[in-house]
Amino acid sequence: MEVCRKTANGLDGTELRLGLPGGGLEGDVVKNSAANGKRGFEEIVDFKLKFSPKGTCTNYMDQSDEKVVKISPKDKKFLPCSNDPPKPPSKAQVVGWPPVRSFRKNILAVQKSSDEEREKKIGSNNPVFVKVSVDGAPYLRKVDLKMYKSYQELSGALGNMFRFFTMGNCGSQGMKDFMNESKLMDLLSGSDYVPTYEDKDGDWMLVGDVPWEMFVHSCKRLRIMKGKEAIGLAPRAMEKCKNRT
Amino acid sequence: MREDRPPPPPSRGGAYSPPPPDQVLENVLEHVLQFLTFRRDRNAAALVCRSWHRAEALTRSELFIGNCYAVAPRRAMERFRRATAVTIKGKPRFADFNLMPPDWGANFTPWVTSMAQCYRALEKLCLKRMFVTDEDLELLASFPSFRELVLICCDGFGTSGLAVVASKCRKLRVLDLIEDEVTDDEIDWISCFPEGETCLESLIFDCVECPIYFEALERLVARSPSLKKLKLNRYVSIVQLYRLMIRAPQLTHLGTGSFSPSEIVAQGDQEPDYSSAFDACRSLVCLSGFREIVPDYLPAIYPVCANLTSLNFYGEACFLCLQVLDTVRDAGLQAVGATCKDLRELRVFPIDAREDSEAPVSDVGLLAISEGCRKLQSILYFCQRMTNAAVIAMSENCPELVVFRLCIMGRHLPDHVTREPMDEGFGAIVKNCKKLTRLATSGLLTDRAFSYIGQYGKLVRTLSVAFAGDSDTGLKYVLEGCPRLQKLEIRDSPFGDSALRSGLYRYYNMRFLWMSSCRLTRRGCKEIAQQMPHLVVEMINGEEEEVKEDYVDTLYMYRSLDGPRADAPSFVTIL
Repeated sequence: MEVCRKTANGLDGTELRLGLPGGGLEGDVVKNSAANGKRGFEEIVDFKLKFSPKGTCTNYMDQSDEKVVKISPKDKKFLPCSNDPPKPPSKAQVVGWPPVRSFRKNILAVQKSSDEEREKKIGSNNPVFVKVSVDGAPYLRKVDLKMYKSYQELSGALGNMFRFFTMGNCGSQGMKDFMNESKLMDLLSGSDYVPTYEDKDGDWMLVGDVPWEMFVHSCKRLRIMKGKEAIGLAPRAMEKCKNRT
Repeated sequence: MREDRPPPPPSRGGAYSPPPPDQVLENVLEHVLQFLTFRRDRNAAALVCRSWHRAEALTRSELFIGNCYAVAPRRAMERFRRATAVTIKGKPRFADFNLMPPDWGANFTPWVTSMAQCYRALEKLCLKRMFVTDEDLELLASFPSFRELVLICCDGFGTSGLAVVASKCRKLRVLDLIEDEVTDDEIDWISCFPEGETCLESLIFDCVECPIYFEALERLVARSPSLKKLKLNRYVSIVQLYRLMIRAPQLTHLGTGSFSPSEIVAQGDQEPDYSSAFDACRSLVCLSGFREIVPDYLPAIYPVCANLTSLNFYGEACFLCLQVLDTVRDAGLQAVGATCKDLRELRVFPIDAREDSEAPVSDVGLLAISEGCRKLQSILYFCQRMTNAAVIAMSENCPELVVFRLCIMGRHLPDHVTREPMDEGFGAIVKNCKKLTRLATSGLLTDRAFSYIGQYGKLVRTLSVAFAGDSDTGLKYVLEGCPRLQKLEIRDSPFGDSALRSGLYRYYNMRFLWMSSCRLTRRGCKEIAQQMPHLVVEMINGEEEEVKEDYVDTLYMYRSLDGPRADAPSFVTIL
């Protein structure tokens, strides 16, 4: 019988794996079909052997005899050894035990930021990543807004990334331009691309609208639109500006 | 190009002069060394003398970095200038179980940056437990010969990065994403593969939790005549699977996606003939997936089961590797034991991975497997109840065991029949399984178990210990025994500074030591750091607090040629 080479995940070439919905164990696992009256594994494969499924071992441990220890997740001290008297059987779950990889590694997954999480992140030195999409570009980028101190810096970085996009005038003069309605119109119809962002309220705004710090707090994602499309945003931008002053 | 060899002496009078003898020898050596493939053999060859060291370095095409922090990228790449395949491992394994805070490190960026200069001809890359960004993938995609990307348990990237790889790597043959954390950037990356025939041989993306545009996938499969391995994610329904299978009857490995119909199936539509689709895939040897099994469709795979295995009529078993859920119960394992006589590897996972769940497999199943599958080499077995007798039986019945990982899910559980610790069972495994290289323990274990392991575990390289032992003596047995120990990971066991000190002489010969929630003090760890300058001793705090005066949360230490890393986050203290 040939021995198959191990693949990268250590499994030989001839294997059968049965999967689980959303299962992320070190392999895939089958849904508990017995629970819903669906067929279990032994009915899937066509056994020609006669055997009667034996009942599970009845000689299992009495619950009260289990030597279990109630562990709170924060308790990292050493656990008692076998000489301790048996504790009541209730078990709090311990981090990372049993050692089965969870489907979503909660800690490591990129979480959708809630507002509080964003606030916490912005308060500390943690990065604030937002997605940047450019109309017509095949893929998104992510930028860390904390890396920049002004619109100018952001513009420079995005310019490097996408190379064909210009934010026009930014900085305080640029902001003033944005606040000046007629100049805004010139700017929009002139440039090819215009940066916009989605703020906390879900509105799409022109970048440069608000002071930088406020922008970092409220920006959820960036979208570099074609100039023509952004024209419709200008009046709303003006409204919001007026409301804020 | 022999850039680091002295130039040959000038020839005289314009006539041909043969190369000097040592250069001939070096040429011969290099030709011969091409045939050395095993890493350990190459490492040994490199130690013979300087010219062998040089020749070996120039002929090594596969570079393996077991710990990304053990050596700086530049140093590795300057020694092995001609490597075209690189494997790098990052985080320690216990990071998989949430025992390490995020952002710990293992960043791929410094590696790919060096590769962009030193390894432009890179062809293959395999990363395990590394943090890989979309920008890293983009840079990788710019290497002109790049053709194989395997990412295992990695995170930090999203479908944006996949899109760039798909669109820019014109020679891509393998794109295997195995248990990665992939963010959904709402990019249809499957559509980014270029038009026209592709060289794709393997496309594995069952871990990618993002919807895909099926028509694009179907077209991709249709124009990939070399495709042998295809593992789909759960967003592919059984109807869609059918369409793919009829386009790719040459598949050898298939991961079936959800294996259930999506909601969009119209009423009264003719149901596809799944059986014949499976039947048409004559070469299938590996079948996985079935994420949302609808059992009505299962008969479709019967024809394939016949190819995959002869769990059946004739008693020959082609199954070499089997992964199942414990819902098969002991009875199912008895059937496996009765029929899969050639089984090499078995993994039994818990459907309900909690300590106090009802587990339908036990010592009975283990015993049955051991009696039936005498050629077993590797086993991973989750259960709630176990006996020494069953484990001893396995040690006697399965002498070929190389990997024995038993997880009795309840902590500190003894033999459920005799109420004794599981010492004798694990002792028998190390005594009788002379080829054992990897061992994971569980259940109630005293120091005696570790004395067995230390004494008899002559080839053990990887040892995982959790909630075990009585005192420092236990760990001392291991550190003073087990001559081949490379990777030691321990959690929640009563081992302290004195035990840690006893291993001082050997830490340079190990890849790493992990100890979390044990009885180590900061002072004890600092002593080690002071005495072993080439060891990086990291103290990792679980919560972002001040360092406590009592026990250290986590100690992770490893040898390094280039000193402590510069990218350690705030919760890591390098002593």
